[in-house]
Amino acid sequence: MSIQVSPTVTNGSHGNVSGENNYLLELLQQCQKGVETLHVTSLQEIRDRASAIIRQSTLPTTKIEEWRFTDLSALKQIDFQAAVPCGLPEALVAPLTFPEAANSRLVFINGVYASELSAIGDLPKGVVVSNLSGLPAEYRDRIYNYLAKSEGGEEIFTTLNTAGMTDVAVVWISKNVVVETPIHLLFIANSFRTPTINQPRCLVVAETGSSVTLVEDYLNQFNIEEPETSEAEVSETVYFTNAVTEIWLGENAQVRHTRVERESVEAFHIGKTAITQARDSRYTCNAITLGAKLSRHNLDIFQTGEQTETILNGLTMVAGQQTADTHSAIALNYPYGMSRQLHKCIVADKAHTVFNGRVFVAKAAQLTDAGQLNRNLLLSPKARVDTKPQLEIIADNVKCSHGATVSQLEDDEIFYLQSRGINAADAQNLLVNAFAAEIINQLPILSLQQTLLKAVTREATTLNLAD
Amino acid sequence: MIIENSEILLSVKDLTAEVDGNSILKGVNLAVRSGEIHAIMGPNGSGKSTFSKALAGHPAYEVTGGEAIFQGKNLLEMEPEERARAGVFLAFQYPLEIPGVSNLDFLRVAYNSRRKEQGLEELDAFDFDDLIQEKLDVVKMDAAFLNRSVNEGFSGGEKKRNEILQMALLEPKIAILDETDSGLDIDALKIVANGVNQLASPENATILITHYQRLLNYIVPDYVHVMARGQIIKSGGKELALELESRGYDWVLEQAGAEVGV
Repeated sequence: MSIQVSPTVTNGSHGNVSGENNYLLELLQQCQKGVETLHVTSLQEIRDRASAIIRQSTLPTTKIEEWRFTDLSALKQIDFQAAVPCGLPEALVAPLTFPEAANSRLVFINGVYASELSAIGDLPKGVVVSNLSGLPAEYRDRIYNYLAKSEGGEEIFTTLNTAGMTDVAVVWISKNVVVETPIHLLFIANSFRTPTINQPRCLVVAETGSSVTLVEDYLNQFNIEEPETSEAEVSETVYFTNAVTEIWLGENAQVRHTRVERESVEAFHIGKTAITQARDSRYTCNAITLGAKLSRHNLDIFQTGEQTETILNGLTMVAGQQTADTHSAIALNYPYGMSRQLHKCIVADKAHTVFNGRVFVAKAAQLTDAGQLNRNLLLSPKARVDTKPQLEIIADNVKCSHGATVSQLEDDEIFYLQSRGINAADAQNLLVNAFAAEIINQLPILSLQQTLLKAVTREATTLNLAD
Repeated sequence: MIIENSEILLSVKDLTAEVDGNSILKGVNLAVRSGEIHAIMGPNGSGKSTFSKALAGHPAYEVTGGEAIFQGKNLLEMEPEERARAGVFLAFQYPLEIPGVSNLDFLRVAYNSRRKEQGLEELDAFDFDDLIQEKLDVVKMDAAFLNRSVNEGFSGGEKKRNEILQMALLEPKIAILDETDSGLDIDALKIVANGVNQLASPENATILITHYQRLLNYIVPDYVHVMARGQIIKSGGKELALELESRGYDWVLEQAGAEVGV
């Protein structure tokens, strides 16, 4: 496999060892607290390499282009401790699961595998869904060809995750196996009183000709449908999720990936999704961002063969003082590549969204068809959107387009609904829901669609009450 | 249908209104009793659409004077949705497209808002389905339109039929149809007119705003009014529309000019 271009830049400034990197080293130390439980040489090598990089790096600041709009100083003010492994009652977790994936679910609490809450069965032969220690012997060595091997893995938070890797959610689909049942990877943060850091890690390998639907879900234990959490409890739910997912698609493989981030509004969430696509493969990502005080999703796609298809859909809905940043990069390096991206943001109150979407079309990528659109809906005068679509084309025979729109709710649309007896607040809800529904309706799991539509409605209703 | 001593549904007196600071309505007077069909005709820019928008409560149309009393209530003090729930319906000249909002959901939410206002229980999705199937017949609309986004990708005729469908569902006391005939071919016009006729009853009233006699061949008005320069300058029976069709508006304007000194 040859990858000609890396679409990301290094975020940490290497070689600048000073007092500034103490914070990063402290994080590293916390992350590595649980590490000694696993004694696998290959894993230790990967961790050591990453740790060495961390020791020479610092956290990015807004002076670095890639972090210009997303200020990490609020994160740096908190001393995160290693998350403590703990259980949760089944009754609390049950509402967070999907009936569609009742028997194909891995649950991690604070990054630690919870076997009693997970349920694996009914999956076809040739499908492995497991954590690292439960992995069948024949897969143990094979994963090291893929784990921490994605391009663009040099980002500092990804490196931190690698350096502190304790367990991995592994999904392996063998050649030509089609999995009808969706696979649900549920990452629950459970943080009390002490702010904690947890580092979920996923590795998905879809071999040649295979097909799978995957849902990656990040939330906290209070994130049930009708939260009855006291304000005190919520305020204690300060934690940091630093997640990394690597997905490898073999030739002609198909992965439908849904990623839902609905963390506590006091939480920090930084996530990396690294996708490597062999020729003729088809990858779809639906990334939904609702939670966290500060969140960032780095989504990197490498097409490594001809006639490869990438579809990225994103929905971000934030309010209050939330900041949500989506940084995507698609590298189309071969002929006949195709990519479509639609990222939508709904921004209320004083919230802030960032969209930075880079599409790179290499010289060899003739007859590529790439389209990108970022649409933003601002619900308040103090809401802020920073959008930066970037299209870099070196090939000369391609079809590429990109664009960004920023708008408010149309008075005429609200009036039309009002003239039919719908009050202004409900009219606004209908229009906000409609904006979100374009993405949510594409999710492959009906119950998740319904849950998220309800969450968006609840959010929209709260916004109206706040007016 | 003119009924002796029927209830006055709408009484408009000396209504003045402006848009973006430009005075458009300059004292409109009109009384509509239940059972009646009124046509308001007039040249472009005479204020017909402004009149309908002002009655429906569009925020861009600012009422600066006069009154509009609907069944004893001051319409001008009510929010647009309150006017709708009280029984005022405006069929738009250019119905909006609302991507992402399903027509069916929209109709159900609108219908239930009215039910709530009347102190009735809201209909669930199942019962509403039965009701809407019945109403589709009024405008010969295909049920497939219900699952599409409101007016999105509808042809001009389909949008107008969708407006009449909403009217059939909401059963207003007074329906104001703003140039509902514009952009309709003859078949669509007949369907829309037939729908309006089916819905007309001694208990409600209709105001048709139109340029042309054509629509009035199918919906026969009891009264015809000519609006010009923001006022109703002449009123008559249905034969006035025929006269306007053959002679144009100039003679009415001249006559009115001589009388009121405009």
